Amino acid sequence: MGLRVFRLVSGRGGRVFKPATGCSPRERRASSAKRGAGLGIAPREIQDQELKKFCLRITGLLQKEDLGNETIDCLQRLFLIVSATKYYRKLEKKFVELLLSAMYFPKSPEQVQVLCAAILREISPSEDLTLFYDHIQNTKLLSLMSSVLLAQGNKRDEVRDVGLRVTKILESRQPEGQSLRYLLPVLSKVITLSPKVLKEDQINLLNKRLIDWLRYASIQQGVAQISGGFFSNPRARQPGPITEVDGAVATDFFTVLSVGQHYTEDQWLNMQAFSMLRKWLLYSGNDGTETPDSDDKSELEGSIMSMVSATSTSSRLLPPKERLRENAFEYCQRLIEQSNRRALKKPDCELQKACLVEAVIILDLLCRQDSSFMYRTLSCLKTLHGRLCGDLAYVQALLPVAQFFLNHSEAAAVDSEAVYQHLFTNIPSELFYNSMLAFEFIQFCRDNIHFFNGNLSIFKSSFPNLFKFLAWNSASLISEFVDILPVFIDASTAIEMLHVLLDLPCLTAALDLYLRSSFPTAEKPLWDPSLKPTSCLDGVRDPYHQALFQYLLRPKAKGFIKGLAPLHELLKPMAGCARVIQCAETVPILIQLFFTVVTEFADGTLINQLAVLLLGRSGLLFDVPQFKAAVHREMSSQLLVLCKLHPSLVVELSKELLEFTGTIRNIHSKENIFTHVVWAIGEYLSVLYDRRCTVELINKFFETLEALLFEITQFRPSATLPKCCPRVITVLMTTLTKLASRSQDLIPRVSLFLSKMRSFAQSPAMTSVYSEEDTETILTRATELMNLLKMPSVAQFVLTPSVEVSNPRYHLDTNTSLPLALQMASRLVEKEASLLSW
Amino acid sequence: MVHAFLIHTLSGSGQATGDATFCRVLYSQVFGSERLPDEPGPRGPERDRLLRKEQLLAVARQAETACKLLQQASGRPPTDLLPQSSDEPIPLQDAPSGVFRLRPGDPFQEAKVVVWLRLLSLGCALVCEPHENLLLAESTLRLLTRLLLEHLKLLSSGSNVLLRGDRIEAILNHFLPQGQLLFLNDQFVQALEKELSTSLAR
Repeated sequence: MGLRVFRLVSGRGGRVFKPATGCSPRERRASSAKRGAGLGIAPREIQDQELKKFCLRITGLLQKEDLGNETIDCLQRLFLIVSATKYYRKLEKKFVELLLSAMYFPKSPEQVQVLCAAILREISPSEDLTLFYDHIQNTKLLSLMSSVLLAQGNKRDEVRDVGLRVTKILESRQPEGQSLRYLLPVLSKVITLSPKVLKEDQINLLNKRLIDWLRYASIQQGVAQISGGFFSNPRARQPGPITEVDGAVATDFFTVLSVGQHYTEDQWLNMQAFSMLRKWLLYSGNDGTETPDSDDKSELEGSIMSMVSATSTSSRLLPPKERLRENAFEYCQRLIEQSNRRALKKPDCELQKACLVEAVIILDLLCRQDSSFMYRTLSCLKTLHGRLCGDLAYVQALLPVAQFFLNHSEAAAVDSEAVYQHLFTNIPSELFYNSMLAFEFIQFCRDNIHFFNGNLSIFKSSFPNLFKFLAWNSASLISEFVDILPVFIDASTAIEMLHVLLDLPCLTAALDLYLRSSFPTAEKPLWDPSLKPTSCLDGVRDPYHQALFQYLLRPKAKGFIKGLAPLHELLKPMAGCARVIQCAETVPILIQLFFTVVTEFADGTLINQLAVLLLGRSGLLFDVPQFKAAVHREMSSQLLVLCKLHPSLVVELSKELLEFTGTIRNIHSKENIFTHVVWAIGEYLSVLYDRRCTVELINKFFETLEALLFEITQFRPSATLPKCCPRVITVLMTTLTKLASRSQDLIPRVSLFLSKMRSFAQSPAMTSVYSEEDTETILTRATELMNLLKMPSVAQFVLTPSVEVSNPRYHLDTNTSLPLALQMASRLVEKEASLLSW
Repeated sequence: MVHAFLIHTLSGSGQATGDATFCRVLYSQVFGSERLPDEPGPRGPERDRLLRKEQLLAVARQAETACKLLQQASGRPPTDLLPQSSDEPIPLQDAPSGVFRLRPGDPFQEAKVVVWLRLLSLGCALVCEPHENLLLAESTLRLLTRLLLEHLKLLSSGSNVLLRGDRIEAILNHFLPQGQLLFLNDQFVQALEKELSTSLAR
């Protein structure tokens, strides 16, 4: 198809678009201002009319078959215009067709073809696009067109069309002067996008081609394609044998780790074939059409190469799918052997690692598809594992190796404990700072949760180690960790786990110190170089701290030891470090998740333990800015959850709660928790919830809280105690009233106390501390409570509603239902609002 | 298989890449469009295209955040990463990079893994399928970035990334054809670089 088929009116020198790259606001303003003058316009702001004109100009150029610099320049600009906005740029149907023909046009330079394809891809999905490519033999162009077609969203089955066309060329004799290597990636993309494109016979044929490319590529180097003219020396271009990455002459077949000055066509295809091998094996192995005794007649003609050079006669008789697996197996084994060589070039060394990972993954896949590979693979990977354990450079390959053992050790009846042991014990401790490894490690854990949920105790007990990944890479790993945290939590680990979570920022600081002391002279330090925690480094060396430090860095769960406080003190200079702060920010999320999981199975004993832990640890937190407040908030709400779940907690832990509420310091240092605990006492210290709740117990709590309220209200203000929040006072008053309603001898005492609140609030010392609004709040609450207590039976009904009454709450927020009830009751009692007037 | 490749600005580093507050995708290529769910309601090509662009912007923004957090954690001031002189070779090996996962439905239909790399004020990212060989993806990303630097003079002041779409396309066609990650040893890379230079020189 030539360019002249289109007879569009040629544009008369449209204007020059000068896109303001970078587009800073100032530039954009400037360019909009200049729009009238038509000088420079930001690509996003070009109007349809202007775009049309510009397209006309390109039309003119293309129709003249002018494929020089001006056209290229215009096409570059057009690409920018269509790609710079997220909104659709309408191009005329005829113009789209013109671009298409410019792409087909044999004389078009590659640059024009590439640009046309890019523009067409950018405007896709497009309904105006019709590509004819059945006649196209140029594989490079076909690949380019496929990229346009595959971007159309498969509305008209484009993926299938591309797949069939590409398969047809791959099956047939290679077109003269064309390389098939441009087509393999297309095939790979096609099977990714649409799993049911190819038929079984096509798959079989492609299996055979892949075998040829993978296993029988030339082991001689290719010839340089540069024409040497008259002076070329034919002897100098004599190709030599392929070498290994270490320079030794290759002894076996060609792989991606084989090195030559130049590569032959089949060597390129070998590289392409291996690059898509895993995808292909998955694709061709998982089709349901497999019939083991299918009589494959075309087998003998498909693959001449493999017939001639096949070394193993037995494998030759297998159907193509099995033969490809056999070849893939040999290829991977060879890669594993080749990855052990010492590469001369650094990039090749990197490639060795990637190849090793790929090879192990493919071996695992082969074993899953065909268990007859198992024993050969097993011995190979056992040896490999031994090799990897001694060489941290290849650490990433340990994960697929472990995956293999997880998948197959049961079927193969081998004990792979040592593999997991090494993986979970050594790797996180030594390489927690490798962010890519950390990501893959956690992915590995997540993918295998179903295995670990079984009886793999090593995984569960390694959680302190796995938390090192999180402590160091908290920002990137938190969302991954949320998925695996629930697996670690059971009755036996819950307590230690909660401690670990609370100590997470401290662990970050400890890991930082660990790195500083392990690699003091590192050229590119992994830690914050602006921080110089000399005192910490010295402190960690003394034996007392050393033991705590070792405990914090323990690889396995070993129960909790008391007294990390000295370590908090020692590590204090690190608390402001950005990494520690980032980690501290994740802790509340994890605590919340922890309680969501733990409350699903926790019994009374565990709930009590957790509550005691929360009370105890609320004062023992690493001093990171804002960390304490955030954790206290979370602890408070979780304490309420625990109380609600197990109300007897208040009776069973009366000693601890009395101690906690009796300490006046707690009001100020842990105000949030304190308020919640006091509220919980008022709510749950009732015979309704626990028969063991005696009058003596209620009196005991009453006395403690009364003394406390007395202290903060009557001795105020004092220089030693800062102002306490009015909420604390109202909650204390309410709780005292609640307790009194349950032990009615106390009613006169609390009424007297409440009546004194007015004089307290009006004392000049108080008015200086509390605002008018605060005083008002306190007094209103005192009055309400006093009025309520005038009718003890109503008070009991309102303040300690029976379960039947309190369960159907009329709104969802249980915390605000009490004030609502109070408001209602006080209206009834005060008689100000007469019932009759309603 | 790689689903998409993108180059985007990194705000915060301030430089001349554009608005300080917006993350902007400068170039993107999606390799084959994602299978879209059959949802009710009208869906024209315009909406599909808008969705695709928004998805990429979402990736760019996440990469930007990840990059900022990483830099913050390293404790180094951002000025460390500003370009010195354009002649000075940039140590690509030390360029900060990372990886994160996108959950299914957010923003792509299926889960993806994003490998990103920071190049002073620009970011490059590969959106890969889950379980992609990440070592290979990372080294491919570094290779692509090196080539972009060489052939586009990506960071020098006069360079115009936006108008060199064809060069980026050519690099991707050679080194990431249709989004296929290639196991390229150094000799293969050199051979492809020669081919690339020939096609760009024309």
